[in-house]
Order: sequence, then C-alpha cells, then structure tokens
Amino acid sequence: MTANSQICSIWLGSETGILKGVRLIKKQAFNFCEMSCLSRDQEVCVMAWGDPHESEVLVGSVNGAVKTFSTDKGIFTGSRECGDPSQGRFTGLAVNESALITCVESGLLKVWKEGSTDTVEVNVGNGICRMRQNPSQRRHVATGGKENTLKVWDLERPDKPVFTAKNVAHDWLDMRVPVWVRDIGFIPDSDKIVTCTGHNQVRVYDPSASQRRPVMEAKCGEFPLTALSLPASQGTVVVGNTHGQLTILDLRKGLVRGCLKGLAGAVRGLQCHPSLPLVASCGLDRFLRVHSLEDHSLQHKVYLKSRLNCVLLSSRELESSSLDVTGDVEEVKGEEDEVWDTMETVTEKTKKRTTQSEEAAVSGVEGKKKRKVAKK
Amino acid sequence: MDVTELSTSESVSKKKGKTKKIKRKTKSDEGPVEEIKPADDEVKEEKSESGGFFPPTFSVSEIKNKQRRHAMFLKLKQEKRKLKLELKKKRKKEREALGDKAPPKEVPKTIENQRIYDETTVNPEDEEVAFDEGTDEFSAYFNRLTNPKVLITTSDRPRGRTVRFCEQLATVIPHAHVYYRRGLALKRVIPQCVSRGFTYLIVINEDRKVPNGLILCHLPDGPTAHFKVSSVRLRKEMKRRGKDPTEHVPEVILNNFSTRLGHTIGRLFAALFPHDPHFIGRQVATFHNQRDFIFFRFHRYIFKNEKRVGIQELGPRFTVKLRSLQKGTFDSKFGEYEWVHKRHEMDSSRRKFHI
Repeated sequence: MTANSQICSIWLGSETGILKGVRLIKKQAFNFCEMSCLSRDQEVCVMAWGDPHESEVLVGSVNGAVKTFSTDKGIFTGSRECGDPSQGRFTGLAVNESALITCVESGLLKVWKEGSTDTVEVNVGNGICRMRQNPSQRRHVATGGKENTLKVWDLERPDKPVFTAKNVAHDWLDMRVPVWVRDIGFIPDSDKIVTCTGHNQVRVYDPSASQRRPVMEAKCGEFPLTALSLPASQGTVVVGNTHGQLTILDLRKGLVRGCLKGLAGAVRGLQCHPSLPLVASCGLDRFLRVHSLEDHSLQHKVYLKSRLNCVLLSSRELESSSLDVTGDVEEVKGEEDEVWDTMETVTEKTKKRTTQSEEAAVSGVEGKKKRKVAKK
Repeated sequence: MDVTELSTSESVSKKKGKTKKIKRKTKSDEGPVEEIKPADDEVKEEKSESGGFFPPTFSVSEIKNKQRRHAMFLKLKQEKRKLKLELKKKRKKEREALGDKAPPKEVPKTIENQRIYDETTVNPEDEEVAFDEGTDEFSAYFNRLTNPKVLITTSDRPRGRTVRFCEQLATVIPHAHVYYRRGLALKRVIPQCVSRGFTYLIVINEDRKVPNGLILCHLPDGPTAHFKVSSVRLRKEMKRRGKDPTEHVPEVILNNFSTRLGHTIGRLFAALFPHDPHFIGRQVATFHNQRDFIFFRFHRYIFKNEKRVGIQELGPRFTVKLRSLQKGTFDSKFGEYEWVHKRHEMDSSRRKFHI
C-alpha cells in the first residue's frame, strides 16, 4: 500500500468516494479507500495538496468532511468536519500557512485554523461554482458562480473583496448578458485572472487595470465550459466543456490554438503539469487522459471504473519516477549496467538521453562501489 | 497436333450453339502460340488448368465486345468455382483420412469475432462497478421501491405513422400513457411528470412523416438517452404476425450489453418494464445489441414440447442507435454529457464498438 501511494503521480477523486492514484508508466490505478464503507455521500467534490511538498492530499466530500491522505503512508490520516450537506457541496479547497480554506455552494467561505476551533467566515454570495487560491499570493482567493460575478478576496481583510468584476455591457439586443462563472485561473507572474463561463465565454480580468470589465473576451464552442487550466508556457489556456471538447485558446487575441481529441463525456477536472507540456483530464466517461500540449496527441489513457470529479497532478511526473526505477535496477544488476544504459539511450529521445546519461554517470560511480562489495 | 486439337474443340462446341462456336474460334485464334506449348503439358496435366493459356497480363476487361467479354467472365467464374469445389473435396478427404488426428476446424472471421476488446467491458466480479451500479439513478427501480410509469409523446404536430407507432408502443409497454405534445416545452413537462409519479418520459421525434429519433428520460433525476431510430415496422406491415398483445406484463431479454456504457443502456431499457413478468401471457420483449445497433422485437412464444418453441412476432419492431447519454434530466444545452457519439473519432475503426 505504501509503495503504491509513493509511486502514484496523478490523484483522482471519483463520484463513488474512492480516491484513486495512477501510475502512468505502467498504466496502473490503485484505489485508496475501504470497500466496506463506501457510500454516495462520500463523493469527492474537491481535492488539493495539503502542503507544498505534496506529501498530503486533502479530499473534500459531499457530506462535509475533509479527509487528509498521506502519500508516504498510503492511508487516510485524518478527517475534519467542515460544514454540513445542507449548505451545498464544496466548491473550493485551499491551504494557507496551515489554515484550511473551504467554500461551499451557498457562499460560506471559511478559514479553519489548525488547533483552534474559531473560524473566519466570509459570505461571498449565493450559487458559487468555484473558489480558487492564487498560487503566488496565497492570501488571495477568487470566487465566482451562477449570477455571481468574479470576486477576489483577501483573507486578512475579509469584509470587502479586493476586486469585484463588473458584468459586460448589454448585448446587441440590449439585453443583460447572464453571468455563470464555472472555473477560475490565476495567470502566473501577473495580476490577471482567467474565467470560463457556462455560456461558453472565456474572459480575462485585470485588477490592476482601470476597468472592472473583462480585458479580453472570447467565445469558445456552443456548450458550457466546465473546467480550465493554465499550462506552464505562458499565453495559453486549456478549457473543457460538457461535450468532452478540450480547446487550447490563445490569451492575447482569444483565438483557438488547437483541440485535444478523445474525450467522450463532460470534462469535470482538468490540470496542466507545472513544468512539462502535458495536461491531464478526467470526466464523466470514466477515463483519465493525458495529452501532450505540443503535438495535441494522446499520451496516456487509463480506465477508472467510476465517474471522476477532480484530478490532481504531482509536480514530479513520468521522467523522474521512471529514473527512480532504473536507479534501483542498476544497483541490483551489477556489471551489465553500462550495456543496459547504452541500450536504453539509443531507443529514447534526446531529452531523456542527456538526463539519463547524467544519472548513469552519478549512479555508475556508486554502482561500481557496490559491485565490488557484491563480488566479495 | 494443333489442327486435331482445334477440330476436336470445334466438334464439341457445335453441340452448344452457333454463338459459342464463334467464341471458341476466337479463343483459339487469340492463343494459338501459347496453345502449342501447353498442348504437350495439357495431356499430362489436368484439364482444369486451361487458365494457363493466357499470358499473365491478360484480363477479361480488355475484350472490347460486351457479349464476348461477358461470356469470358462467366467461364472464368465457372473455372474458379470448379477449382474451389475440388479443393474443398480434397480437404474433406484428407480430414476423413486423418480421422481423430485432423486439425480442428477453422472458425471463419466475422466482425463480431474480430471486435477490438473494449477495456470498459464489465467484469461481473468487480466490486467497484457493482457498487456504482447498485447506487446509481436506477437503484430505486432495481431495489423494487418504484414501479415504472411511462409517458409517451412525440415532437410537435406528428403525422399518422408516428401517432400509430406511439399507440402500438403503449400497448407493448405496460403502464404507458400517450399524450399529445401540443407544442409544450419539455423542460416544463418534466417537473409536472415528476409530480404525477411518472418514472419515464419517451419522446418520439419525427422527420418527414416518419419517426427517426427517440429521447428516453428517466424521471426523478436520471440519465437521458438520445437515440436514432430506423426501420420502424408497424403491426400491419409485419408478415405472419399474431394477434394483438394482451395486457400481461412481458418478459424482457437484453442481449449483448457488455461494456460499462452498455450496462447503463441495458438498465435504462430494463427499467421501462415492471419487475414481475406474467408468464401466463407468454410475451417477451427483446433488446438485442449487435455492432452498436439495438434491435427491438416483441414476440409471443409457445413451448411445443421440451425442446421446441414456436414464436410469433407481434407488435412493432424498430432499430435504435445511441447518439448521446446525458446525465440528469433533459437539458440538451446546459446538461453534462456522459457519452457523446463523435463520428470522426469513434467510427474510425470498423471493428470497434462501444455498447
């Protein structure tokens, strides 16, 4: 169990309440739950990393409990009651300096401090669909929902939002444009915020600019957009809609850069890898798909038997985990190390060749020492 | 040698008729050079190798005269058929000669044999899938907490064929009520149905006086399936049919729903009918899935003795193909889809099926 949880690079939450860990290279999926006490009210709504080292996963379920799962130990280490089902499902979960921030659909944003029972409560309005934390300024939190425009809150001063977005002007029939913010993303290295709406619009807001209306607006497809993610390379955004169409949009002009194909069901969770050009998507068709952002091809597809709600990528992925495996193998094998290394480097890409040859050089030295020991 | 050969062939062909004689002559005219060489061989070899008379680049399509070309083609086919039969006989003799040691008979390849294995195929012992199915939207029906009650309607202003189809469907499905659509919006119909205790809403879509679509919506909050309907046969168009179906609850047969999506659709169809079939009525409704098409048939059966059954087809028959499965009640614009048929991505292989 512990070994399984340590090698998983992608974590998913399903509608049946099961936390799934996936090891992409071997296409293995592991369920971390107790099969005897499964129930639908443990359905996972939100997931977040518990700490910056990504050793803990926080899982929020429909019944209001937030469970902590340790990736090193492979078990659920704790559970907290953070609200009750009458206020709606969790729409956001974040961690700020050992304090837990939760937001539910009715608009109650609570900051739960570790150890003490008093909480800071903010009412952000009704009908919230998403709450996200700014990864660079962790006190800032953005919320948005149905008929609830984007608001950015500072948790130190929770009485008034730092930035409230204004609805766009009336359309060509002079009618009010409805508001339905489905997902929010913070653009790194700047103040800007990207949102995707249920009326298939993607909007960029800039709090530091003089206008409260969106700086850029783009229409994307004919179906509601449900999830959004910002890749490591700047200037683009990946959005998914209820028909399973993943589109990559350019943020400067709002034009479509490309589509990622393969999904058959609505996209519920979308996340781009922090450093590699990969995006993981999960949805109602019970598959986890990892696409490459460069050539828009499907890299991995794993069948997980329940409908999936959220996905969480760890920063270490694919390459580093495969290197750990080869490191162990080299120590065991002995003199054939060099032969095996050369064989691998011929068949793989140049990127991996340089990193693997470095690793081989480092571990080769250690391996030689161990070989001498083994011979004796 | 050459002359005698020609004369013998001519004498044979005289019996057949004038046209054939001319053709025989042309054939011999065309291949006189080649005939010299294989003439010697022909005595030793079998007659069936007359195909070797022609150079390898010759094809029947090079003859410009249509009648001669047609005759040549027929001859070619006859020879091929002869070869095939002889090969078959030879193989059968070898098989009999070997007796028990004969290799097992080869199974012919069909599209169903060659189907690409779908990784979502349900394993009956899988706990997670069993839990998922046990707690999904149909669990109320399968735990015997509700009885089905079906509302059948059409798209606006239906024509005669669709109306008759709806009426016949209502006789086949027990507790079914047909209502006229009269331009009502489905999103407003659904809450009213729920309040009156309906469990299913069927909407038959019509195009050019013929039913071509079916929306099946499970009511409290269940999935909505949108199907394409084809080859609808009403009762009076069916040959050798029996009398009209009675009020007895029919049995339900679901064939070949193997993948996870197939399971969901199978349960969708099963929940249309009440739980306990009346075996006295001897009626059965079959939903047979083959290559992603679902065929609906309604029969009455009778056991003649323990081994033989007679069946009589009653009732309408139609074919249905799934286009999309949406989570939640009917909301085509803002609803979330569990499965959408995308032709260019999913129909690229002729051996891959999803249900």
